[in-house]
Amino acid sequence: MPSARVLWQRATLIQTIRAFFVDRGYLEVDTPVRIPAPAPELHIEAEPAGEWFLQTSPELCMKRLLAAGLPRIFQICKCFRRHERGSRHLPEFTMLEWYRSDSDYHDLMVECEELFRFLADGLGLGGKITVAGQEVALAGPWERLTVAEAFRRHGSMSAAQALAGGCFDEVLVGEIEPRLGLVTPTFLFDYPAELGALARLKPGDATVAERFEIYVAGLELANGFSELTDPVEQRRRFEYDRARMAQLGRNPGPMPEPFLDALAHLGPAAGIALGVDRLVMVMAGADAMDQVVPFTPETL
Amino acid sequence: MYTASDLRKGLKISIDGEPYIVTEFQFAKPGKGQALYRTKMRNMITGNSFERTFRSNDKFEKAPLEERSMQFLYAQGDEYHFMDTQSYEQMALSKEQLGDTINFLIDNMEVDVLLFDGRPIGVTPPTFVELSVTTADPWAKGDTSGTDTKPVTVETGYVLQVPPFIEEGEKIQIDTRTGEYVTRVKS
Repeated sequence: MPSARVLWQRATLIQTIRAFFVDRGYLEVDTPVRIPAPAPELHIEAEPAGEWFLQTSPELCMKRLLAAGLPRIFQICKCFRRHERGSRHLPEFTMLEWYRSDSDYHDLMVECEELFRFLADGLGLGGKITVAGQEVALAGPWERLTVAEAFRRHGSMSAAQALAGGCFDEVLVGEIEPRLGLVTPTFLFDYPAELGALARLKPGDATVAERFEIYVAGLELANGFSELTDPVEQRRRFEYDRARMAQLGRNPGPMPEPFLDALAHLGPAAGIALGVDRLVMVMAGADAMDQVVPFTPETL
Repeated sequence: MYTASDLRKGLKISIDGEPYIVTEFQFAKPGKGQALYRTKMRNMITGNSFERTFRSNDKFEKAPLEERSMQFLYAQGDEYHFMDTQSYEQMALSKEQLGDTINFLIDNMEVDVLLFDGRPIGVTPPTFVELSVTTADPWAKGDTSGTDTKPVTVETGYVLQVPPFIEEGEKIQIDTRTGEYVTRVKS
C-alpha cells in the first residue's frame, strides 16, 4: 500500500491532467474497455474477456472518434496487457491518451513539454523533478535525439546493425535507455520503419516512422506518433503481425474492420499514449510502480 | 519446465547441466518491443555470477535439487562426512563447499544437505546452534571502560563478539545466518 501522500499526489496529478486538456479545448471521452478486436501488435498480448478482449489501449476507438470529426480528444482509462509485471509494469495500468487532428509528432512533442511543466507546477515541484537522485530540468526545450543518433552515441553498434542482428530491444534496454532523460527529459524519435505499427512513415524517408518516446531518468513514459492514415497500408501491417502471432500459437483476434473503415476518413493527425502510473512514479520520486497504485495483483 | 515468465529472484534452474540461482531479476519491455527478462545468476557449484537476458520463448529445466536431513559424523583433512540417518548412506563435502558452515559444525549435528542430481553441493546448518565457549578472558567486574563486548572462541574454533559476562565453559546460542551471538544458554 502506498503512502497517503503518494495517493494525494496521484489524484492531484490526474486532476491537473484534466485541467490541462480541458483548458485547451480537448474533449474528454470514455470509450469501452471491453472490445471485440484490439490492434494486432506482435509484442502486446490482450487479456481475453469472454469472446472479446480487454483493451490494450483505447487507440482504435479514439481514432474512430477523430475520423468522425472530433478534432481534439483525450481519455484517462485502464488498459490491460497480459504477462507484463515488473517494477515498472502492471498487467492493469492507467493510460492517458490524446489525439489531435492537423498535427504531427513534432507538435505533440511541444505539447508534452507544456503538459509536464503544467503538471510540475500543479504539484508544486517547480521547474525540475528528482528521480533516482537525478535532477531532471523540465524548463526549456528537452533533448531531442533520433534513434540512429542515440545508438551512435550510446550503443555498441548502430541501430541498423542491431535490427539486422535481432537484438535491437536488448541494446536499447541495456545500453541506450539508461542514458536517456538525465539532464532534461529526452525525446527519442524517428524509429526504424518496422517499429511503428500504426505510425506514418517520414515523408521523403521511408526507412523511419514518425514515432517518438519520452524518457525521464531512463524510464520510458510515453509513445507518440504521426498517425498512419492509409487503410491499405494499415491492413497490410496488421496482417503481417497477425500471421506472426498465429505462428507463435497466439490468438490474433479478428481484424478491426470498423477501425480500418474509419481510417479512410482520417486526415493528418497525431496521437500519444502516456503511462499515468509511471508519470506518478517520476513526479513522486518513487522507484517502483507498486509504490504509486493502491493495489497490485499480488495484494488483491 | 520453466519459461522466462516464471523467472524471479530465488528461482533455481538448470543450464548446461549445472544448477543456477537467480539473484537479481528485472522485467523490461521497451515500447512496442518484446518482453525481456534481465537476470543475474549464480552457479550454485562454482559460485560464479553472470548476467543474462532472456526472451519470452526461452525455456529452462528445473534444477534437480533435493534437500536431505543428515547427521555430521566427522572431518578428515578437508573432507567433511555426513550420514543419512534413515538410509545410513554416507556422503563427503569439501571444506570449500561448506563455507562458513564449518564455524558451527559439531559431531552428531543435524543439518540439511543440498543435493544436485544426487551429488552433495552444500550444507545448511540449523538457524540456531548452541556451542561451548573454550577460551574467554575473565570478566573484570567493575570495568567501566565502556566496551560492551569481548571476543571469545567456541569449540569449533570460531571467534565471535559476546557480552563481557560470558565465561569459559559456558554455552551460548549463535544465529548461523549472521554468525552473531544470541543469548547465554542456562545449564
